[in-house]
Amino acid sequence: MSVLDSKVPQGPLAEKWVTHKNTINLVNPANKRNIDVIVVGTGLAGGSAAATLAELGYNVKTFCYNDSPRRAHSIAAQGGINAAKNYQGDGDSNFRLFYDTIKGGDYRSREANVHRLAEVSSNIIDQCVAQGVPFAREYGGLLDNRSFGGVLVSRTFYAAGQTGQQLLLGAYSALNRQINRGKVQPFNRHEMLDLVKVDGKARGIIARNLVTGEIERHGAHAVVIASGGYGNVFFLSTNAMGSNVMAAWRTHRRGAYFANPCYTQIHPTCIPVSGEHQSKLTLMSESLRNDGRIWVPKNLEDAKAIREGKKRGVDLKEEDRDYYLERRYPAFGNLVPRDVASRAAKERCDAGYGVNKTGNAVYLDFEASFLRYGKVEALTSGHKDASEAEMIALGKKVIEKKYGNLFDMYRNITDENPYEVPMKIFPAVHYTMGGLWVDYNLQTTVPGCFAAGEANFSDHGANRLGASALMQGLADGYFVLPYTIGDYLANEIRTGEISTETPEFEQAEKDTRARIEKLMNGAGTHSVDYYHKKLGLIMWNKCGMSRNAEDLQSAMDEIKELREDFWKNVKVPGSADTKNQELEKAGRVADFLELGELFAKDALTRDESCGGHFREEYQTPEGEALRDDENFAFVSAWEYNENPRDAKLHKEDLVFENVELKTRSYK
Amino acid sequence: MKLTLKIWRQAGPEAKGKMVTYPLDGVDGDMSFLEMMDILNEELVNKGEEPVEFDHDCREGICGSCNMMINGQPHGPQKLTTTCQLHMRKFNDGDTITIEPWRAAAFPVIKDLIVDRSSFDRIQQAGAYVSVNTSGNTQDANSIPVEKEKADEAFHSATCIGCGACVAACKNASAMLFTSAKVSQYALLPQGEVEATKRVQDMVRQMDIEGFGNCTNTGACMIECPKGIKLENIARMNREYLKAETLS
Ligand SMILES: Cc1cc2nc3c(=O)[nH]c(=O)nc-3n(C[C@H](O)[C@H](O)[C@H](O)COP(=O)(O)OP(=O)(O)OC[C@H]3O[C@@H](n4cnc5c(N)ncnc54)[C@H](O)[C@@H]3O)c2cc1C
Ligand code: SF4
Ligand code: FES
Repeated sequence: MSVLDSKVPQGPLAEKWVTHKNTINLVNPANKRNIDVIVVGTGLAGGSAAATLAELGYNVKTFCYNDSPRRAHSIAAQGGINAAKNYQGDGDSNFRLFYDTIKGGDYRSREANVHRLAEVSSNIIDQCVAQGVPFAREYGGLLDNRSFGGVLVSRTFYAAGQTGQQLLLGAYSALNRQINRGKVQPFNRHEMLDLVKVDGKARGIIARNLVTGEIERHGAHAVVIASGGYGNVFFLSTNAMGSNVMAAWRTHRRGAYFANPCYTQIHPTCIPVSGEHQSKLTLMSESLRNDGRIWVPKNLEDAKAIREGKKRGVDLKEEDRDYYLERRYPAFGNLVPRDVASRAAKERCDAGYGVNKTGNAVYLDFEASFLRYGKVEALTSGHKDASEAEMIALGKKVIEKKYGNLFDMYRNITDENPYEVPMKIFPAVHYTMGGLWVDYNLQTTVPGCFAAGEANFSDHGANRLGASALMQGLADGYFVLPYTIGDYLANEIRTGEISTETPEFEQAEKDTRARIEKLMNGAGTHSVDYYHKKLGLIMWNKCGMSRNAEDLQSAMDEIKELREDFWKNVKVPGSADTKNQELEKAGRVADFLELGELFAKDALTRDESCGGHFREEYQTPEGEALRDDENFAFVSAWEYNENPRDAKLHKEDLVFENVELKTRSYK
Repeated sequence: MKLTLKIWRQAGPEAKGKMVTYPLDGVDGDMSFLEMMDILNEELVNKGEEPVEFDHDCREGICGSCNMMINGQPHGPQKLTTTCQLHMRKFNDGDTITIEPWRAAAFPVIKDLIVDRSSFDRIQQAGAYVSVNTSGNTQDANSIPVEKEKADEAFHSATCIGCGACVAACKNASAMLFTSAKVSQYALLPQGEVEATKRVQDMVRQMDIEGFGNCTNTGACMIECPKGIKLENIARMNREYLKAETLS
């Protein structure tokens, strides 16, 4: 029997959440005033959770490393957020959103959680609109929708290419309202460095004031970790530069299990790597795949000529282009899920059809939609005899309205005009489905410590469908955690204020100081980035888009070696008593160097291919992922044990009562 | 490219700052301005010197963290662009580039190029929200249709990234463009109308408390704003404010 109790309520799937809400413990409003909650992270998950908890009456302290909660990484999300509203009348329902998400995640997520997510999804939209989030609208004044990969309905709500920004500003406004009321105390430019446990329960954190360098103790009755994902373990990713695993990892070191670390989403539509100097990769929203067609040349000679600059993609005739997604997956075409689209791009590039200098790029082409939209535009504006060129010009305007900021961004970065030549794209590390293991109440294996948003192992399974992370972050923060945390806090009403003058806080502070000192005293041969880049290369080459046992084994050894070298030879200039960004980075990279090894180990133990985890040894003759439900329909939850390679595996068996496990086909 | 960088170095809020000159070689046109700074910092670290501190995070032009005066212009020479989206191809081999922090009394320097913009947060805490509970009991989102043009305009105002370039560009260090963008977003939407009077009064009051200067209609803010936030917002805020003052 596993030690992991998922606490999934009994009863029929569609009634579990309602029943649960009706039966879990509540805290009397008068008692909420005496209870303190710490929320680490102010992205969609943390920001919305903190605002809601404060509104319920708890005293909340928020922490973020940014100078303002409004700058959390969530702000960068472009495409949109799903909700089963069925405004378009195209057959959407809670069950369908649930089903698409379970299937999209390759049957590696928990049924009950995913169904709850689908249930609360439409509430999220109502909530955000009421807060003044300016979603895109149709001429009739109603909300507009578009579609994303892996689904056949239009259920994605958006605000141009800046949905995350608007949703985060919405949550931030709710947070501001609570700050103004004195119910939330914000600690910006503060980094959580450790979790403090008293009698086995989470009772606070150790944080560093990033401006003064001061080490601070903060006590609370419960701690919520909403610190985002760890894609930056790859160095190059679409994540913000400061995104890190520290809060989650330090919590893991204090006893919280870390689940499915190897599940990483590689996003198919990013701007390709251009050179050594690059610090991050930029995403081109998946919504572009609604209107763009993906292709490479059909003939190797053409591909070669394009790479050498002797030919241009735009000049290739229709019959010389291979729209490989439409060819391989006629039912979904360019809208197959991200893992499928990413692997297909890699396959074509590995076979020699890549279209940029490095051979690692495919085209994302809007030519056809310029004309298609232009035609409609010409007709509806009474321009019945428009020429093709006129229609194309009109169509470009339509596309500009829809994706203008994305096109501008592309042009800015690549110096190429995507209105004239097709975009070049390639897959890049984007999102991490793994994270702290949580039960149905979002509680980790440390009592009193909860995890929300991308920081938990989440509801996405082995792959995440587009527009579902924003949904999950806000669902956790607005509508799930505020209920479920009460079940725990109901037993805390007699605890009284949490003192930080205890041996446990003393010890945690001492450990933290020792760690910082050790980083400051490295012998000093290499910068932090030197190690981060090296780690990133190992991760990308051996734990990236496809993996095999031999590579994973050697990755574990290489990472271990690199980690040992880091602690001996890293060079951190300056002092620990002031703002010191090198020190901040060093602390984060130190954690990545541990996580990386566990990541490889997790990938090594999973002898199957599923979602974002593609093991070369397990594939069908057509090169599709070969899942093994008999032996691997479980969540891997790792217990910390000094060395990442000695971490102990616990399994949560996944039980599917409402969906049949099928081969995931998008043909 | 070979460049000469003149950078403002200041050890802390109380310390005296000075311009320091750094030669830098091997800069490529495809690099972003911040990637160029990364290279300089890598060199400094390797020499055991303290790297130049600057704020940044998303590097996609959306979080509003990055902020540098580049040759006297906030976010540098390219229109509608944040520093992280500015690319070195906009510069020439042999250029000398001056890099300084935002300068405004309401944005005190923390270190080197990093300033404290929490005054912006406090302006928003004063009222940039709709007072709706986050209970999930709100009415269906489509029950109040919003005219597309209005929704688009509200969205446009809402795209302000809170970077502070408008303040840095303004000779009075006024925060009018920023504050008015927030006021406008809510004033344009039915959800925000109910509290419009109190909102504009509270936000304007906070703006003054924070020590931002007044607007004298020069328009430098709009020219330097990376998100193209329009001056119309200031006009709208003034109208809203006047309305509020005459009504109350
Ligand atoms: C470019 C891009 C586009 C995307 N587009 C979409 C999309 O269209 N649709 C979709 O559904 N999803 C999208 N995603 C994914 C989605 O944006 C994220 O998964 C989601 O926003 C994560 O939210 P979060 O609240 O969990 O964490 P984050 O927003 O990452 O917030 C993390 C918070 O934790 C804080 N923090 C971290 N560590 C510490 C520490 N040690 N101490 C104190 N504070 C700390 C940070 O300051 C920050 O406030 C996109 C992601 C990217 C990168
Ligand atoms: S108005 Fe423009 S310049 Fe001012 S903070 Fe907003 S985005 Fe920056
Ligand atoms: S770093 Fe986010 S806007 Fe420049």
